[in-house]
Amino acid sequence: MRILYFAWLKTKLGITEETVACSAEIYDVDSLVAWIKTRGPQFQEAFIDMDVVRIAVNQEYVVTNVPLKNGDEVAFFPPVTGG
Amino acid sequence: MIRVQPEIFDTGQEIKRLTADRTDIGAVVSFTGLVRDFNDGSDVTSLTLEHYPGMTERELEKIEKEANSRWDLQASLVVHRFGTMALGEPIVLVITASAHREQAFEAASFLMDWLKTKAPFWKQEENASGARDWVKERKSDIEAAKRWKG
Repeated sequence: MRILYFAWLKTKLGITEETVACSAEIYDVDSLVAWIKTRGPQFQEAFIDMDVVRIAVNQEYVVTNVPLKNGDEVAFFPPVTGG
Repeated sequence: MIRVQPEIFDTGQEIKRLTADRTDIGAVVSFTGLVRDFNDGSDVTSLTLEHYPGMTERELEKIEKEANSRWDLQASLVVHRFGTMALGEPIVLVITASAHREQAFEAASFLMDWLKTKAPFWKQEENASGARDWVKERKSDIEAAKRWKG
């Protein structure tokens, strides 16, 4: 899967994008977030308040937990501020 | 039509282009958003917009389609820039054209309200000391977008 980070999430984590393989541990949005949070204090901090993190799977907003498969594109970003 | 681009645009030219050779348009409404020198009480010297290429275009297309399904529009255009912009430069443009003004006014208002809460853009402001801050979402924008639910 292609994982993308935008705006302050990108700045805080120092990563724009990465590739993560689905596994017995990572199979849906919730398990992906849980795994990301185990990767270090900056990850834990960035994902501590999911109210300020928006999630898109294959460029569509998701507001509930959805299953993930290899080949999916998952993006994490703050509430949008365009216009 | 929607466009996402780093280049500056000219509102007047865009209106001219949209209405060229058209005799069915009785009303054109445009909204242009500009970079201003203040936000929440702090001085702003420049603005940088980041976006999510691919998803941005998809969201804008969806929003434009929704506007055209709710109002009787002859034409519509949304242009949104990304990258770094100087004070006074245009950021976003919405043009709606209809036979009558009410449809065009409402649709333009709707397009801006939905765009602000749905299109994946993020603003970062730079101030005189060189500090950069990500702009926080505004409750007033969320409230404005709620008007159009249903």
